[in-house]
Order: sequence, then structure tokens, then C-alpha cells
Amino acid sequence: MFAIMKRLLSVLVVASAFVLSTPVQADEAQSRTPGPQYSLPKDATSCVRDTSFMRRNHMNLLLHKRDQTMHNGIRTKKESLQGCINCHVTKDEAGKAIKVSDPKHFCAACHEYAAVKLDCFECHRSTPETPKDTASIPNIPAHANLLASNANNSGEAKALGTFLKGVAQ
Amino acid sequence: MNNTSLKDAYIDKTRRDFLKKAGAGVTTLALASGVTLMAYPAPAQARNPDEAADPSKRWGLLIDVNKCTEDCSACVTACSQENGWKLDGNPSVDAQWIRKLKIKNPHGGHEQTFPVMCQHCAKPPCVDVCPTGASFKRTDGIVLVDKHICIGCRYCMMACPYKARSFVHEPLTDQKAHAPRGKGTVESCTLCVHRVDRGDQPACVEKCASDGHGALMFGDLNDPNSDISKRLASYPTKQIRADLGLDTGVRYQNL
Repeated sequence: MFAIMKRLLSVLVVASAFVLSTPVQADEAQSRTPGPQYSLPKDATSCVRDTSFMRRNHMNLLLHKRDQTMHNGIRTKKESLQGCINCHVTKDEAGKAIKVSDPKHFCAACHEYAAVKLDCFECHRSTPETPKDTASIPNIPAHANLLASNANNSGEAKALGTFLKGVAQ
Repeated sequence: MNNTSLKDAYIDKTRRDFLKKAGAGVTTLALASGVTLMAYPAPAQARNPDEAADPSKRWGLLIDVNKCTEDCSACVTACSQENGWKLDGNPSVDAQWIRKLKIKNPHGGHEQTFPVMCQHCAKPPCVDVCPTGASFKRTDGIVLVDKHICIGCRYCMMACPYKARSFVHEPLTDQKAHAPRGKGTVESCTLCVHRVDRGDQPACVEKCASDGHGALMFGDLNDPNSDISKRLASYPTKQIRADLGLDTGVRYQNL
């Protein structure tokens, strides 16, 4: 599996070098070779590294970070797949984030263009989590709920319960 | 910011700090007649996101079977919601992160229910048999599957005496960002490693406590001053299949 990934990565390095040689996104009409069609995040001015570095080496950064997170529990957002996904989001007409199955997805655009299979999203989600997705277990300390259940209509106790729930978030 | 809001912000911070520091033990404060504020200890020591897992710790669970009620499965639903797995009614292929078991004493008929999940063994057989190194024990004692290198051979599922692992048979989309899971890999309870890393308790513990049962306790087994170690020192507890000598991180009280 690792060997396959390595081979895939080397293919991608070649492919991304090819991508580099074509002006992406702009001047499509002027270029005779069609490039991959993707859109960059609107509100971000720069990526975690130079664009040219990222084109060639994003997979190496991700590979390193994945082992750091999985085995050492280092969960910094920078250079993490989650970080990429949360920033490089493409939305459809309805304003919904599009998935990697759609060729307009930032990752899919180049990977389909270069015919490099993308393994990440077999397990990882390809869109940012919406508040609805993350609303799983409310991180409220037990005492806030205990207080609420024992409040007996006392305004002061209810206010304290609310305050404690506020602390948790 | 004017003076009033600055003062409010200061008071707010002092209150928060007080609540954080109330961590040494359960602090109770009588507010009014019949109303008691209980400040429970800060769940776990949060570390910086850029620091590696602490090898001096060993995370574990203590489950008080007497406090676990038969009609409640809050821990199971909490785990399912937190990690995004669902049961589709086919026990041979369903996810096995956590499940409730019922045991009955054949002599007296006495019944007990309790949750069973990955026992986070100190000597995990799943790690011993894994041919790729995907099944591994983190330095702080949490046993995990590195799905990046898992080839789906399922030896670990065979090796686990607790049947705590399961295989993903169908393609999945829209997984939880913190709990990636996909077809062709083995998965199991992660002790909510993403929550532990940010200093929180596992979802099952949190939910059991907030539902008022408090049957599950999470903490550092290596720290003699942690609540879990104190309870292990004061009460008789059991490991399931202790005869196998796996030194599980999940212990049971009143079983």
C-alpha cells in the first residue's frame, strides 16, 4: 500500500510539474492546452507555503502530518488535511460545499486532470464540517446539567446553570 | 472597551479560572437551600496541540457496573454520534465500537448490564498479530488502527478476545472530520483520542455523567493522584478475562 502510494506520489510530482507549465484558471482562451479548472478560496490570500512548493509537495506535507497526528497525537491545523479542506472549499450555486466526487472540487480538479487516483477521501470527508455535523455531544460539564435538573424554578440556580454551560463552550 | 465591560470580562475570567482550578477533587458549594453547585475536576490535562502524546500517562476507564442501568444505552448512542458510525441491523457486519452486554448469574438469576469496548490493553494481541504495523499502541496507552496502512486482513479482529474490532464493508461518505473511517479497514473504539488530545473526556463518559449516571470514569492510570487511580486503590475492581494477562486499560467495579 505504501509502495503504491509512493508511486502515485511520484506520478503526481510529474503531473503537477506539468500543471505548472500551463497557466491555470486564467487565460484559458489564450492557452492552446486546456488546464485543470478549479477555483481558489476567495478570502484567503496565501497558502501555508508557496504555490509552487505546494503544487509539487502538498502530498509530502500531508504524509508527514498524517503520521504526526495518528501516532503522536499532534493536532495542529496547519498542514493538516482538515486545514486544507476547510480553506479550499468550492461551493455550488446553492452555496453547498461540493464533494470530491464532483470534478469542480479543488482536489478533484487537478487529480482528474492528471489521472492520479486520490485515496484520502476513502476515509476522510472532502467537505468542511457544518455546525450540524459537529453538534454531536455537547461538551457540557456534568454539574451544569445536575444543577439544571435540581433547579426547582430558582432563577439564581438557572442563571448559574446557563453560566456554566457558557463556560463549557 | 469601556470600564464596565472590562470589569465584567475580568470577573468572567476569574470565575472561569476558579472553575478550572477546582480540579483537585469534587468541590461542592451550597448556594441556597437545596441547591448545591458541584464543580467536578477538570476532565484531563489539556496539552498543546503541537506536543506529542505524553508517554508518562496511561489513559483508562473505570466502569461501575452497579451504576449502569439496563434500559440506558446513552454511552452507545453518544459514541455513535461522536464518531459517526451507525448500526444497520446486521450483527455480522455492524460496527463494534461499544456495545452493552447483559450477564446473568445462572444460580441466583442476578442480572447486570455494562458497556464493553476496546479494552486498550497494555499488551494488546491485536498489535502482536498485525502484519503491517497498522494496529498500534500510542505512547499514552491508547490502542488504535492506523487506517492509512491497514490492509483489511482482519487478523486483529480474530486476535481480540473482546470482539472489540469490526470491519467496514461498505463505502462511506461524510464521515466526521475527527473520526475518518472507510471501506476495507478495521476500526474500533479510539477512547475518543481526538477529545483526549484536547483535554476532554471520551463521549461515552461525558454523556453517562451528564445523564446523571456517572458509571464511567476516565483518567490517567499512571498518576496515583488521579481520581481513577484513587478509586482503583480503594475498591476491588476487575479486568475482563484477566487470566489472559493483557493488563487492560478498562476496569470494572462491582462486576
